[in-house]
Amino acid sequence: MSEQKHCHDLIETLSDYVDGNLNPVLCEELERHLRECPNCRIVVNTLRKTIELYQKEAQEETLPDDVRERLFRRLDLTSFLK
Amino acid sequence: MNKSPVDEALSLDALRAGDRNEFARLVDLFSGRIYRLALQITGNTQDAEDVLQETFLKAFHALPGFEGRSSLSTWLYRIAVNEALMILRRQKVQFSLAEDNESNDEEKTEALQLVDWCCLPEDELQSTETRRVLEEAIQRLSPALRVVFLLRDVEGLSVKDTADSLGITESAVKVRLLRARLRLREELSAYFSERMEK
Ligand SMILES: [Zn+2]
Repeated sequence: MSEQKHCHDLIETLSDYVDGNLNPVLCEELERHLRECPNCRIVVNTLRKTIELYQKEAQEETLPDDVRERLFRRLDLTSFLK
Repeated sequence: MNKSPVDEALSLDALRAGDRNEFARLVDLFSGRIYRLALQITGNTQDAEDVLQETFLKAFHALPGFEGRSSLSTWLYRIAVNEALMILRRQKVQFSLAEDNESNDEEKTEALQLVDWCCLPEDELQSTETRRVLEEAIQRLSPALRVVFLLRDVEGLSVKDTADSLGITESAVKVRLLRARLRLREELSAYFSERMEK
């Protein structure tokens, strides 16, 4: 089997791998491959970074004050608006 | 059931009994997350606000019957996702959460972009333009992939809670999560590799 075929097969395991949920046997196989394959290392690193960027972006967003005010009014909770 | 620390702080008994003060606390704890989720599913602030309001209206009426089999957050997400998807359907966005498009997706699983952009400076990675690119990339995902990515990776739900919120199997969650993540990675890689050439 060519190197590329191997990379293609392993891509199916990447999600579980970055979540730390990959079973030990596959994990060892993948890590052995990663040591030898710079391309797959890039895919793993940029995959992690992609998720991280979306998480960071989400943390910065808060509910706008006017949206909160209208929500409380609609829910009849205006006395709890601070 | 797994309970997040946020859930623990609320009194389920008070919520079930219709306690307004406790309900106001629930709203303040979750409204930011629900709004953000709704905004990313619908892609529109007015729709997101409608989803937000409907979600808490429905939650208030349904709370007396809430059995606590899932965590409060999972339960709220499920209501919000349903509301948001209903809006998409009304707008005639064709999709199905149950659809099995794995075979269609198979060919697109390949990683094509092999530029290592992880080392770009943080201010580049979090610039206003990057945020716009992130936003556009996620809007290009099909709703079925998008909601899975949002619940699991952005809101941090477990695979099981994501599956419960959407009424799909855990293996469907995993398949879609991988597809969504790889596609977003491709899009970001294409964008950042251009930035690196400059
Ligand atoms: Zn490889």
